[in-house]
Amino acid sequence: MEHLAPIGLNHYLTISAILLGLGLFAVMTRKNAIVILMGVELILNAANINFLAFSKYNGGMEGVMFSLFVIVLAAAEAAIALAVVINIYKLFKSVDVSSIDTMKE
Amino acid sequence: MSNLTYTAIFYLFAAITVFSAVYVVFSRRVIYSAFALLFTFFGVAALYVFLSADFIAVTQVVVYVGGILVLLLFGVMFTHSIMTTDLKSDVLHIIPGTLLLLAMIGTMLYTFYTTHGWMPSTTMLQGSVVERIGFETMSRFVLPFEMSSILLLAALIGAAFLARFDKPGNNE
Repeated sequence: MEHLAPIGLNHYLTISAILLGLGLFAVMTRKNAIVILMGVELILNAANINFLAFSKYNGGMEGVMFSLFVIVLAAAEAAIALAVVINIYKLFKSVDVSSIDTMKE
Repeated sequence: MSNLTYTAIFYLFAAITVFSAVYVVFSRRVIYSAFALLFTFFGVAALYVFLSADFIAVTQVVVYVGGILVLLLFGVMFTHSIMTTDLKSDVLHIIPGTLLLLAMIGTMLYTFYTTHGWMPSTTMLQGSVVERIGFETMSRFVLPFEMSSILLLAALIGAAFLARFDKPGNNE
């Protein structure tokens, strides 16, 4: 492993880019609403890695604080989204987002 | 800790994160995706420790694994009957999705690796950030901190209102 570069900013950016791409793929190709939510969580995690990486290599605290608030927002978003998904299931008897085609009961 | 051990542990956690994320996305069974997401969140928390943000790592484990993942599992079990075998989720737009995946990762990696102007500071974050987070929360970021408490209260009430079982009749 002596030929590997020391762990730097680019390593974290690479992981974050891969997570972002996978999250976008899940959001775009899945029909199940819960898997789409999982994709959104992957995207948020990728953004958090970027914030923390730039914060570490910049020496400031802004990225750390911002990632903390991102985690708070992710928790609120997951709770609301699951409530909406459960409502959709009660109405349509499925969570297939491509079959939901009406906005009122 | 020697430099070689540090590098090896970093690559171990990076591999755990990326491969379990791949499994989350490409697995056809929703419940397998949810459990693979557990490993992704733990791997990301370990990367946060490497980034000397130990408080964020603990928050990640508590909030994501203890909260969001349990919520997602509840969602899976509410919306599927476990006994039936149709716990698979279909895919659509597989070709544009793959193109988007490859184009996104390729473009971002190209941009990251060809940008030489990141200018990392000479004073990187070192050691624990818990004390500094406390000072920042109570000084510069006190307004977002209070706003997030209001937001969490609103989300709590909204989620409980949306997901309750017996709706009163439409009386408007």
